[in-house]
Amino acid sequence: MSEKKEDVRFEKFGTVSFTRTTRVNNFIDHLENDKVMYTHCKTCGAKFFPPRADCAGCLSSDMEWCEVSGTGKLVSYSQLQYAPVGFEADVPYSIALLDYGEYQVFGRLTGDLDLADVKIGMPMTTVVNELSNGQLNFIFKKA
Amino acid sequence: MGKVAIIGVGQSKFVRNYPGSIRELAFEGFKEAITDAGITAKDIDASILCSAPEYDKQRSPAAVVAEYLGLNPQPTFYVESLCSSSSMGLKMAYAMVASGVHDAVAVIGLQKMSEISSAESQERMGRGADIQWESPFGTMMPAYYAMHAQAHMDKYGTTLEDLAAIRVKASTYGQINDRAVFRKAITQDMFADPKNRMSDPVSSPLRVGDCCANADGTSCLIVVSEERAKSLCKKPVWILGVGAASASVNLAGRDRLHGLKAAEQAAQQAYAMAGVGPKDIDVAEVHDCFTIAEILAYEALGFAEPGGAKELIRGKETYKEGSIPVNVDGGLLSKGHPIGATGGSQVRSIVLQLRGEAGDIQVKDPQIGLVHNIGGVGIYGNVTILGNE
Ligand SMILES: [Zn+2]
Repeated sequence: MSEKKEDVRFEKFGTVSFTRTTRVNNFIDHLENDKVMYTHCKTCGAKFFPPRADCAGCLSSDMEWCEVSGTGKLVSYSQLQYAPVGFEADVPYSIALLDYGEYQVFGRLTGDLDLADVKIGMPMTTVVNELSNGQLNFIFKKA
Repeated sequence: MGKVAIIGVGQSKFVRNYPGSIRELAFEGFKEAITDAGITAKDIDASILCSAPEYDKQRSPAAVVAEYLGLNPQPTFYVESLCSSSSMGLKMAYAMVASGVHDAVAVIGLQKMSEISSAESQERMGRGADIQWESPFGTMMPAYYAMHAQAHMDKYGTTLEDLAAIRVKASTYGQINDRAVFRKAITQDMFADPKNRMSDPVSSPLRVGDCCANADGTSCLIVVSEERAKSLCKKPVWILGVGAASASVNLAGRDRLHGLKAAEQAAQQAYAMAGVGPKDIDVAEVHDCFTIAEILAYEALGFAEPGGAKELIRGKETYKEGSIPVNVDGGLLSKGHPIGATGGSQVRSIVLQLRGEAGDIQVKDPQIGLVHNIGGVGIYGNVTILGNE
């Protein structure tokens, strides 16, 4: 009998991933195909970012993947001068929240933005980003 | 349900590196609280230990603490809601006593943040949020509160000087609190001086001076039934309202960043239960882990309209002589913030105020006090209202 190999695709998410296994690890395959995706409950229509495997509203687990597309509005951001262990090489970097109306996305601002040009409420897009250590995340760019 | 009172309060000094074990630390606050109540460990029916487990090397720490304090064979419980653990513990003690399950419960808040090395602590820091979807971006507590500060400043015109003014107020009282870890004076000039450490950026727009310090410390509250309170205590302080709410961990699930909804909901619950409103509060302790957090608290609690917090601090209305004194013990910014012990320490300050035993920081004749204690960045909101009647 061969043991089924553990699916640890999610270890590839972010500078340092803290999650080995999840039932939404197809998210990583989509990132590899240059797409940031959310989940959509086929039973009740709810949209989830971050993606969920299960809907707490209707208890369905029948989800489909849809692309985070168009622009979101910048809700807020902050540039860090200190970082947790494992993130030191990234300093300084800015975390941020984008509002897409039906859902919001938490991530990072693209590193080449001058913060003087960043304004709360400005439209931004979410794009896949390969980190210098080969890991994948997503970042927000000026629309 | 019967009334529930607090008849004993205690806390250790909050210090940088406590030179003892966690059970020895717990002893300091417990001894002060039961001495204050005039009772012994045998009079306690149950204990609740409140701490954030990522700092505890001891597994199931409630057991070793109960043993060391002479609280066997009474049952002991372990409660965790990050920085609001001991307010949550107080709510659970309230429920146990009001329901008649227990008559006297000790709520012990505890954190020895120096229990783990600073490297271990750094490593844990990145996991203080949604570890699946937020932590991989390199998040830290100051950065989340900084996002709230940025949003509040943008929406309401709150300024960096307003944030600094909160710290200046805290240091005014921290200097005269011998239990506080930070006892130096802080001025607006320090924030304006790029060579001063207080102005060093941490996470924009927050600076070193906007952040509270880690500390080791403990607090203890003795919570009893009306019958016990009347037989044991001349000046019981009554628990009039206990509100608690939770919110999504991931900021993507929040409907606002210019306020903390869980705090607003907890406040509404506590006011409704106590049958009072913001205007009835004579003295308050709020969760100022960062300067912006105190600004958000003024608005969540209804001391100011949304956006009006800056006027309260500009007018010094939250100083001891003002219309609504807030954190006149120095707050977390001066006392330090030993996670699990913080809520109990806030409650202790209000109990002493209501008894008229607050010494140099005594507010004039307060009858109703309030404690606002937040876990995480608004994940857990807890508001407790206490009174003399
Ligand atoms: Zn559904």
